[in-house]
Amino acid sequence: MTESKLGLDFDRVEYARGLASAIASSVQIFVENYTTVAVERTLCRLAGIDDVNENQVPLPNIIVDELREKGVLNQGALFYIANAIVNTSLSPQEIAIRVSQGTLDITKIPIADRERIDSVLKPIIKESISKITERKERRESYLETLGEGPKPYLYVIVATGNIYEDVVQAEAAARQGADIIAVIRTTGQSLLDYVPYGATTEGFGGTFATQENFRIMRSALDRVGEECGRYIRLCNYCSGLCMPEIAVMGALEGLDVMLNDALYGILFRDINMQRTLVDQYFSRVINGFAGVIINTGEDNYLTTADAFEEAHTVLASDFINEQLALLAGIPQEQMGLGHAFEMDPQMENGFLYELSQAQMTREIFPKAPLKYMPPTKFMTGNIFKGHIQDALFNIIGVWTNQGIQLLGMPTEAIHTPFMSDRFLSIENARYIFNNMKNLGDEVEFKESGIIRNRAKEVLESAISTLEKIEQEGLFSALEMGLFGDVKRSKSGGKGLEGVVAKGSNYMNPFIKIMKGDK
Amino acid sequence: MSSGLYSNNTGDFDKTLDLKKVKPYGDTMNDGKVQLSFTLPVPACAEATEAAKILCKKMGLENPQVAFFKELTPGYTFFNCYGSSSVDVDFTNIHVAKVESTVMDMHDTDLFIKENVGHPLIVIGASTGTDAHTVGIDAIMNMKGYAGHYGLERYEMFEAYNLGSQVLNEDFVAKAIELKADALLVSQTVTQKDVHIKNLVELVELLEAEGLREKVILVCGGPRVNHELAKELGYDAGFGMNSYADDVGSYIAQEYVRRKSAVK
Repeated sequence: MTESKLGLDFDRVEYARGLASAIASSVQIFVENYTTVAVERTLCRLAGIDDVNENQVPLPNIIVDELREKGVLNQGALFYIANAIVNTSLSPQEIAIRVSQGTLDITKIPIADRERIDSVLKPIIKESISKITERKERRESYLETLGEGPKPYLYVIVATGNIYEDVVQAEAAARQGADIIAVIRTTGQSLLDYVPYGATTEGFGGTFATQENFRIMRSALDRVGEECGRYIRLCNYCSGLCMPEIAVMGALEGLDVMLNDALYGILFRDINMQRTLVDQYFSRVINGFAGVIINTGEDNYLTTADAFEEAHTVLASDFINEQLALLAGIPQEQMGLGHAFEMDPQMENGFLYELSQAQMTREIFPKAPLKYMPPTKFMTGNIFKGHIQDALFNIIGVWTNQGIQLLGMPTEAIHTPFMSDRFLSIENARYIFNNMKNLGDEVEFKESGIIRNRAKEVLESAISTLEKIEQEGLFSALEMGLFGDVKRSKSGGKGLEGVVAKGSNYMNPFIKIMKGDK
Repeated sequence: MSSGLYSNNTGDFDKTLDLKKVKPYGDTMNDGKVQLSFTLPVPACAEATEAAKILCKKMGLENPQVAFFKELTPGYTFFNCYGSSSVDVDFTNIHVAKVESTVMDMHDTDLFIKENVGHPLIVIGASTGTDAHTVGIDAIMNMKGYAGHYGLERYEMFEAYNLGSQVLNEDFVAKAIELKADALLVSQTVTQKDVHIKNLVELVELLEAEGLREKVILVCGGPRVNHELAKELGYDAGFGMNSYADDVGSYIAQEYVRRKSAVK
């Protein structure tokens, strides 16, 4: 990389990275010994099981709940499905239907030898891996033929609750210049321990993430992308109780970006930390393999904690998220590490501190398509001032060469965006990005000035935080409330009952295949 | 199209303020000037601009002007319009339900509780139901507060517990019983399809079922909440936009004392 404009000490940066790597490795030791209901449902889906029964219960849930009730979930879904195939010659989907009807008990079938189990699984694994690979190649070919917008990518949300209305909004946004469309999920979906099925038209504050909704939006974006001559990326949310399941649905349907933070669910949805850490690993393995850019959620710390005082926790968490993602095989080019423009607008020189933070994050993670979040906490009903807050945010975005600019809306504090709100914010960003395009190449920061000093200070505080976490371990650090001022206990929160230690027959061959030799 | 924008026409309306006939103010008393923007689901064309003006007239605006329009996507056109309101409001005859308490700052509220109660009041707060937003409850409760107003956690005479977001009403009530709460604060940010109303009513019903409703001071807040709505739903008070910990804290302190003296 070129020389730091902030005079950052890269030896200190590498030291911080080493601490984060040690933290991530000790989490990984835990993760590898456990599986969860969500991981097992994901494996059902990778085996080709889909659809719901007459009560709208997804068939992957039927299989996994059955195994859990019988107390054998620790052996894993693939083991029992493969064993059932050996004995019945049925497909995984047919097996799931029979289990749902109560005409087949897959836990009572005599256990075949391991070789036969492995050999019936082979074609099934091959099929799902090639489906995902085809999807990935389709994206790559679009990027080659259509191309994409310049960075920072313009990222906007749609959130009507109705997937068909979302399509109208998304098409309009793409025509106005958006590069990434995120379909906000309905309130509360993160706490559902299943993924709803089919196209949906009712939601609160967002639209259900379902595989069919993914398909509908992806094909609409393909159409509008061809019309605009620019590939439009689709984003959804791999968070909550179904992280890996959403990841696999996204991988199968060609999603491009996924919110996929290792800690977010623990801190902000009170999901049990053991559950989330196991789930995030497999979800990231899938995202890494599918070529999906993950976005991390550090910006959220600053909605509960103070953006100036707690800036170092964002950086510390970025370091940890980076190392956990590396362990899951995600290349740096797919790591949309998060940070945010959330300081109080009343603060003197607030812009300078924001600029320092953004430039520092850019220099520390040079290959990552950083996800830069707009002001939310201090947005008010004064939409006119809000539009200016968003403009300052956009200036920093282009100045410091952020990867993904999540556009703020003037009506942020009022409602989910109108079509016209999205137009105004895209216009705002395009004006600034064009008008100030090469500002970053022209400006350096004064030695011992406010901006350089601030960066140094934040890095050093992040290092102290990482040292503390490394000593305590990530689990205790979360119990102590080191991130976002939120304290969570190791056995508290939602979803712990869905975590089990792996048994002797347990298998998840996808991890090795998806990670390649990494 | 821009006739009137640069007009020095004095106009023939009465320029004295009459509180019985209040009109919007642009730069001259009673000029009635209003700005508004909206999108019509039609393509940009002369008829679309005319449609926007007609719509403004139907909304009671005289001399409507379309200052800007832009087709956002085929079939949807955005308008910025100006006009003069033809209707007025009798300001002398308006009655709004308001929280009846004197707003005090942190220091005065602490002092008030010390003198009139003598022990700290226990307050629990949460963003309940499926609502994941903590911004509201945090603004009122967190130590740091919001926009220079310290939150209830910093008050010496409040024992404040912020339970965070997505707290089920059942869990919230259980916590209230466990902590022997004096006041309950509920924040609701997501209001799409009136999901907040259902959730707020459910809490009242639960408290009534537990025989707790009259024993606690029950307060709700959020950007779409106001005192009138709160009363309607069975709450003691509601705090909307631009409310801070000062407003909520001084209300709880005074209401607690009012109830205690009513019992005597």
